[in-house]
Order: sequence, then C-alpha cells, then structure tokens
Amino acid sequence: MYVWLLAWRYLRTRYIALASIISVTLGVATLVIVNSVMSGFSHEMQKRLNGILSDIVVEGPDLISGFPDAERYMEEIRRIVGPELQGMTAVVHVPAMLTFDVQGQYFTRQVNLIGIDEQTYASVSDFSQYLLHPENRRRVSFQLRPDGYAPDRPGFPLSGWKYRSMRAALEKMRSRSEPPPEGPSLDVPRDPTARYYGASQQQFDPAREQHTGLVLGIAIASRRVRNSDGTVVDHFFVRPGDDVQITLPTAGNPPKAETASFTVVDFYESKMSEYDYSFAFVPLRALQDLRGMVDPQSGRRFVTAIQLKLRPGADLDHVRDKLRSRFPPNEYPYFHVATWRDLQGPLLAAVHMETTILNILLFLIIAVAGFGILAVFFMIVVEKTRDIGILKALGAPRRGVATIFVGYGLALGCVGAGVGVVLGLEFVWHINQIADWMEWLTGREVFDPTVYYFQEIPVIVEPLTVLAVAVCAVGIAVLASILPALRAARLHPVEALRYE
Amino acid sequence: MNSTVSVTAPHVALVPRPTQHTAQTAHVPPAAAPHTTALLRAEGLVKNYQRGRHLIRVLQGVDLEVADGEFLAIVGQSGSGKSTLLHLLGTLDAPDQGCIYFQGHRIDQLPPAGRDILRNKYFGMVFQFYHLLPELTTRENILVPLMIRDGLLRYWWGRRQYVKRADQLLALVGLEHRAAHRPRELSGGEMQRAAIARALVAEPSLLLADEPTGNLDRHTGQAILDLLRTLNRQQRLTIVMVTHDPSIAAQADRVVRLNEGRIEAA
Repeated sequence: MYVWLLAWRYLRTRYIALASIISVTLGVATLVIVNSVMSGFSHEMQKRLNGILSDIVVEGPDLISGFPDAERYMEEIRRIVGPELQGMTAVVHVPAMLTFDVQGQYFTRQVNLIGIDEQTYASVSDFSQYLLHPENRRRVSFQLRPDGYAPDRPGFPLSGWKYRSMRAALEKMRSRSEPPPEGPSLDVPRDPTARYYGASQQQFDPAREQHTGLVLGIAIASRRVRNSDGTVVDHFFVRPGDDVQITLPTAGNPPKAETASFTVVDFYESKMSEYDYSFAFVPLRALQDLRGMVDPQSGRRFVTAIQLKLRPGADLDHVRDKLRSRFPPNEYPYFHVATWRDLQGPLLAAVHMETTILNILLFLIIAVAGFGILAVFFMIVVEKTRDIGILKALGAPRRGVATIFVGYGLALGCVGAGVGVVLGLEFVWHINQIADWMEWLTGREVFDPTVYYFQEIPVIVEPLTVLAVAVCAVGIAVLASILPALRAARLHPVEALRYE
Repeated sequence: MNSTVSVTAPHVALVPRPTQHTAQTAHVPPAAAPHTTALLRAEGLVKNYQRGRHLIRVLQGVDLEVADGEFLAIVGQSGSGKSTLLHLLGTLDAPDQGCIYFQGHRIDQLPPAGRDILRNKYFGMVFQFYHLLPELTTRENILVPLMIRDGLLRYWWGRRQYVKRADQLLALVGLEHRAAHRPRELSGGEMQRAAIARALVAEPSLLLADEPTGNLDRHTGQAILDLLRTLNRQQRLTIVMVTHDPSIAAQADRVVRLNEGRIEAA
C-alpha cells in the first residue's frame, strides 16, 4: 500500500518528472500519428494495386503469343478454387506505342495495352470505379458517350460525341477552305497518317462513327501544371472523342508491327502514376483480332493471362499454392501463378521498410525519454535518501523500496503514454483541418496537387499498433526506473538517515 | 504493549545463543532492575568504521541490559557512540563483534528480512530530526508501519480499523486537529509527537528514541519527555532513549553513561 501511495504522491508533487512525461507523451503521439498516416497511405496504395491487378494472376509464357483455350483453364480454375472464387476474366496484355496528334505535331507514348472483356473485367478489379464517365462506372462500355464526362471535375473540356462531331465539322470546313465559324477553338489534326481499323477512309465519317473504343490512362496524354496565378490545372492533349493510333506487335512468329486507329472513349484515373501513365484498355476480341490471336482453323482464341478475384477473407497464398500444384512448372512451363502481392513485392517491401525504419527512428525519441527518466530518477533517489532511510528503519524491505520507484516509473509511463495516445489520436482525427490551418499559416501547400492525387490525407488508426506503442513506452519508462530503484534498495539505512 | 515474541516470518527464527564473552568485554555489565526480566541484552558490542586508511573505533565492548518496562537513558558526549549503539540495538546496523538478544533471542545475525520484521512489528523508533515523509499527511505517516506490515489487499480490508487506531494515537499525542496536515505545516514539537505516534502504531515491545528532544526548545522537549514517561508508566512501554543532555536523562528510570566506546561503571 505504501508503495503505491508514495509512487502516486511523487507523481503529483515532483514537477521535474513532468519533463520526462512530456518527452514520453510527444514520442508516443508522434508514433501514433506517423503510423496512422503511413497506414492510410499504404492502405490506399494497396487498395489501388489490388483493385488494378485483381487477387491472383495466371500468366502465360510471353506477351506475344499467349496461350489458347482460356475457357478450359478457367473451368479448371473454377473447380480448384471452388466457392472462394468471386470473379474471373481473361485478358491480353501487350506493350504498344500510342501516337496522337496535337495541332499537327505527333506525339508517341509507350503504353501497356490491355484487352479486356467488358462483361467480366469489372468482377475482378476496380477498373470501372476509375473511369471518368458516371455511366461507364456503372457499366463499362467502349462506346463513346454523348457528353457528361467528369461532372465532378470543374474545367474538364468538352468531350464525347458533342465534341467529336463539332471537331469533325470544323475539319470538314477547313478542308473546304471555308472560314471557320465562331465558336470554341478546337485542335485539328492536319496530317492523319494511320489507316482506320475496320473501315475504309472514304466511308468513315468521324462525325457519326467511331473506331474501336479505347480507355486511356489519364496521365498519358495530359499534364498537370500550375498557372502563373498559382492554380493547378490539367491540360489534356487528347480527350474522349479524339482518335489515336496504336502500333503493336502481332502474335505471329516473327511478330510484325501492326497499326490501327482507336477512338478514346474515356479516361482511366487510379491515382497510381505507374498505371495512369501507361495503361490503355481496348476490347479483348478486337485486340485478339488485330494481333492475329485467333487460330484460323479451330477458331480458338489466345489470351496472355487469366485474372481471379477471391471472396473477402480468402487466403490468397493458399489459393495460389493450390493452383501452382495443379499447374506445376514441369508440366505447364508457360504458366506463372502469382498473387498481386507477389507481383508488387518490391514496391510493398519498400513501403514496409520505410515504415519500419520510421518507427525505429521515432522510437528513439521514446528511448531518449527513457534516459531522461533514468536521470531524473537518480536525482529523486538522491533527494529521497533520508526518506528511504526512514522507510527501512520502519521495516520496509528492499523489494518494497525498489518497487516504489519502479511503480513511480510505471505511473509516469502510463500517464505519458496515455496523454500521448490521446494527443496523437486527436491530431489524426483532425489532420486535414490541421493541414488546412498550416497552409493558411505558411501560405504553402502541404500536399502539392501537381504531385499528389490525394484530396485528403488518408489515415487509418490500427488499435493494435497504438496499443503496442503505448505498451512499449510504458515498458521503457519502467526499465529506466529499475537502476535507480535498485540503488534505493541498496542504501544503508544508517547512512541514509544521516544523509544531508 | 507486547511482551512476547510471535515470529511470523516463515524463514526467520530467533534462536537463543549462549553468551559470548571476549577480551574486550571483561567488565561486568550494568545490572537490570532486580524485579524485572531483561527484554533487551547486548554483550561485548564492538563497532568500528573505516574511513579511508583510518579505522574509527566507536564501540569497544558494550554490555547492556534493558528490563521489560524500563525507561533507560544512555547519555554521553557527542561522538561517544550513543547513536551507533542505538542503531545496533535497533538492528539498523550490525556489530563487528558481540551479540544482541531480544526476549532471549539473538537478533544481530538475523537475515535482512528478519530484521525488517523486527523493526516493523516489535520496535518503534523516534529520531532527532523526526523523519516524517513529506508527501504524506500526519495520519498517513502514522499508518506507514501498518502499510509496510500488511499487503495491499490486507491493508485495504482493515483500513477503517487502522485509521481508527491512528486517530486514537493522534488524540494520545494531542494532534487530532492536525491529522490531514502535511509535515511542513507542523511545528517541531508536533512533528516529534507525530513521529512518536508512528512509532507506537504497531504496538511495539520496545521504543528506541535517538535524541528525541535534541532539535526542540526546552519547553517543547520537556513536553515530549513527559509524553514518553506517560507511555512508560501507563502502558509499561520499554524505552531506550539516547541523549547528550544529563538533565533530560535524569528523568529516566536509569541512566548509563557511554564514554570512549564503553559503558561506565555505575
């Protein structure tokens, strides 16, 4: 009883101990905030990665030829995976070059062209959520929409059939050398060089017809810049309604270059620069036809990968291993089964390492606080020498005297960690308001929208992490109090009573 | 007050040992009062301190008997070893040579846990500088020996009774109006009375007082002495008091003089 009574009284009366409490508090609060923000960013990134890549990918041997009989393999996969399977689709994934014309100048970009089945692709990924047109988010379509693109994006240029027909009319007028009508100025290609896929140049009326639809990664043909007045704007070189040319290798041996025109029907914005800068989506059958991925005799179609989506809570590694057992490399050398984590291993590992190193470095703050507690406690033991002497004179055992100071350290750690957790959580829950306030105070943006796609700072508070931080902080405080406690316990009662 | 030893520590045993005489304890110890039994007995106590290369001989063979219910004063000049003797008797320190018996049991060779129990349950101690714990109230200071004796749950269970006992002692020493005050709010005399109440709370068999009036004015010191005498007379509390003041010592039942580390013959 005397142990806890004295520890509590020391906590309330020794103001110098507040200095060590403050350092524990700040260390705990910092760790809570950093872990919550890192968790938020990491979760956003993983959600997008998982949303783009689906859960498990079964890839063929190479991107050029692919493998046939996707339906047969999909049937077998459905049997192996069983009720854990939520969705499945086949894709063709091939590197390509995209060319577009801006005011007579041609720009070429390297893209990852992905042929998808619009009926089933949405069942394995969050693809549709990243499209700009609301109708396409509900049901993916490679048909150009009349208009209504990106309604929640002020300043988005006119797009769709409205824009396409206006542009076609303007082009026709220019070709007849008629003066242009009054109206908005539109980009007009002066020297289109690509042939049109599926139609002859003479029959194709761009005002009424479109090429095969293509969904383009938003960053491929746009730039986000800051105006002279400081506002951030997106400048689009290509918009839905424009035509682009795709050059890609055919599936033959040796592969040949094939070029075709496509009409941009929507933008894809996942806020992952790796994908927004490189992905372009076209209908699967159109891509297979274009590349010659159809056996002319049997009509079998070839694909380069099968993507799977599992039910929530499914063990991805277990399913991957089951599939690998069914399609072993010695029998199926052209199959590679991997989870999305396997495919993004280096990126995830880098983020994980960054989080770990941050935690270690920030934990040093608490460790330094522990040394502060150690110093303060040694001072308190010296100050309390006579009191320790009288306690021993009254019959207090060594263990009891030591426990007073260990209990004091425990109390300090609990108070410091508790206040730190509360402070950290309050900061996390109001982090966006704090960021706004800091922007107002400093006049500088906390998150540069030309770099970051986040509108708000993502945070996730993981209770176990918060608990672990608090427990470790308390542990450090207790550890720091042990040496001084042992010193107090070993004091000779007579010498302690005579201490001045 | 308790006059029998009830040893409760499981690993501690007070084992009577035969008297050991050395060459330094050749003289006859001062006798106790003939009609009482010896509660405390010291034989041939020697205590030295090493300070660097110098050996300071403090006690050079002290023999002493204290009868049950006696009020004994040990008087001597500064540096004569009075406090050292009291510390040895109270097991705060261990002699280099000699033996100490309490109720016939040897106590100088007890393990630390045994000495802690002895000081907590059977001895009460009062010091010159009071040594109250500044963070606790007067009542809490008085209760500290009971808090040390009992575990957390046992103390919590009996706290009402203990508080009642503390309040009785506060009334006995005239401090009932100071129960909730901190030591810094008390006068010297009040602090010493609180220390005496603390020494009595566990109902000890023996009260050891080291210069209890040394830091007080004459009037207040006399009041303290009167309190000690009252406790001795009315409650048969055995008291061993150390003082440098012969006039204070004269008010005890018996006085022994310590000179150059030895008890002077009567």
